[in-house]
Amino acid sequence: MRTSLHPALTITASLIFAILVAPLFIILGAAVSDTSYLTFPPQGFTLRWFTNIFEISAFRTTAITSLQIAMLGTALALLIGIPAAYALNRFRIRLPSWLANVFVLPILVPEIVLGFSLLKSVTISLGLPVFLVLLLGHALLVLPYAVRVVGASLASFDFSIEEAAISLGCPPLKTFFTVVLPNISAGVIAAFILAFITSMNDVSVSLFLTGPGISTLPIQILAHMEQFFDPTIASVSVLLMVLTVGVMAIVEATLGLTFLTK
Amino acid sequence: MTVSLTLDSVTAHYGSTQVLKDLSLAVAAGELVSLLGSSGCGKTTTLRLVAGFLEPTSGSIRLGERDLTRLPAHQRNIGLVFQNYALFPHLSVRDNVAFGLKQRGLGAAERLKKADAMLERVGLASFAERMPAALSGGQKQRVALARALVIEPPLLMFDEPLSNLDAKLRVDMRVEIRRLQRANGTTSLYVTHDQEEAFSISDRVAIMNAGRIMQLDRPEVLYQRPANSFVARFVGFENLIPMRVSARDGGAVTAQTDAGATLTLSQDAFGAIPDRFVLAARPDGLAVTRAGEGRPAGIPVTLGIRTYLGRAYQYQCSTPGGDYLGNGPLTEPLEPGSSAILSPVPEQCCILPPED
Repeated sequence: MRTSLHPALTITASLIFAILVAPLFIILGAAVSDTSYLTFPPQGFTLRWFTNIFEISAFRTTAITSLQIAMLGTALALLIGIPAAYALNRFRIRLPSWLANVFVLPILVPEIVLGFSLLKSVTISLGLPVFLVLLLGHALLVLPYAVRVVGASLASFDFSIEEAAISLGCPPLKTFFTVVLPNISAGVIAAFILAFITSMNDVSVSLFLTGPGISTLPIQILAHMEQFFDPTIASVSVLLMVLTVGVMAIVEATLGLTFLTK
Repeated sequence: MTVSLTLDSVTAHYGSTQVLKDLSLAVAAGELVSLLGSSGCGKTTTLRLVAGFLEPTSGSIRLGERDLTRLPAHQRNIGLVFQNYALFPHLSVRDNVAFGLKQRGLGAAERLKKADAMLERVGLASFAERMPAALSGGQKQRVALARALVIEPPLLMFDEPLSNLDAKLRVDMRVEIRRLQRANGTTSLYVTHDQEEAFSISDRVAIMNAGRIMQLDRPEVLYQRPANSFVARFVGFENLIPMRVSARDGGAVTAQTDAGATLTLSQDAFGAIPDRFVLAARPDGLAVTRAGEGRPAGIPVTLGIRTYLGRAYQYQCSTPGGDYLGNGPLTEPLEPGSSAILSPVPEQCCILPPED
């Protein structure tokens, strides 16, 4: 039996859905437009803007940089974030309550400010290589996801299980890897995906930290648009969308999307 | 291998709060001792100290000849059973049981053999392949028990193991725990807040309050001869009447309540009576009879509500010094509001030291 919806509700819902989805169709349309400038609705049909991406070497190199930064930065964030989340949950009673919030600061501080302060402190003062600074910046940017999402998993983890393992003769560090980690793996994977996507999409922090010869894909898209304003931008966007949808499809098939929002 | 567990003057703190005060406890080899008390009395703290999850501020803990006091928890070789089972959710029942054996470096074949044999003993042989989530509460606790027993520890500890089970299962499980503990002769420490559970399962019970053991004895002794007012109240002595001796005449002692009512007690029946004491009695221990000529002397009371218990009537009895509960015979029902006499039944009463 279906309950009938009020027409106004149906109309509002459809409208909101349309507003959410429309940009994706506009981008898709613009990407195949047979014109040398961005336009919608598309005029004609061509796939040359897609092949154009691969002919511009800057797209290829920045895409590789972005993937490297996202992969390593996320790994670094997890390396710090998992132990941090563990400590915050395990010793919650003994730790001051503000400590957990420190790890959320990178989300609360405007990204522009984060990028600028990193430029000031790390790049200029320490003079570290650009790639390393980018990596550190992104690791800092996505650290909150690692701490929060892994922390959510640990919040429902029963620490008496850990004590059970220790009482059975398993040393504490080994217990973490054989008993704790397998039971929060869903949270770790979720944190990885969220952090990875955040890093791949980041503009504000990267804007300050990219330097001579090294840039990320979103920055390259911006730079390209400022110079050319041709449908290549739209086709890159379509590819990024396909990539994201692909990742989500894998998540949905293996773990279920709802667990990302847990 | 059966060994004794000895706690010697153990003190423990959470931050600046002292949670155990100079606690000494000896559990004999093969004995099952329960720590009984309400939440916050220090019973779980004691267990966690022995397990090695907490460090004592002072004092020592020994298991047989081994000094456990500063030994890391994973080297203590103690079987633990938790209230919430604490099974490894990502391992099958068999792997849960085999976990401790794996830590001891046993080969896969031997682990499997021992784990299956232990599952057989707790009646879960056919559940070896299952994951913990697919088990009922009672089955989970059996797996937890098997997991703790299979490493053949010199000491077993139980932290409220039956609290999450329903009433019927609780009784079955405690019989089961007792059976396995007896069969192995494993020295055991059992923490619970449930008096019936503690009394039914234990060789001896330690009743705890505010970080101290108030009395450690066999359940029969605790139930019939509590040593102080706290234990008396705990085991159901609802009437605690502070009294003061006013005269002694040979074996007969005359004592008065705070409100001035006089009782004459025989030292032959009650044992030695100090100058100040608390007369402790369950409702059964205070006989309610009609006031009047030729009746035994006692505390004069005004009767309140009468309830029918099947074997007797129970009366609320008001006196200027406080309210008491007493029982009267079925043959002589008394009306609320009437006057009556409350007299202690010697074999049902205890003479306790005065409360501070």
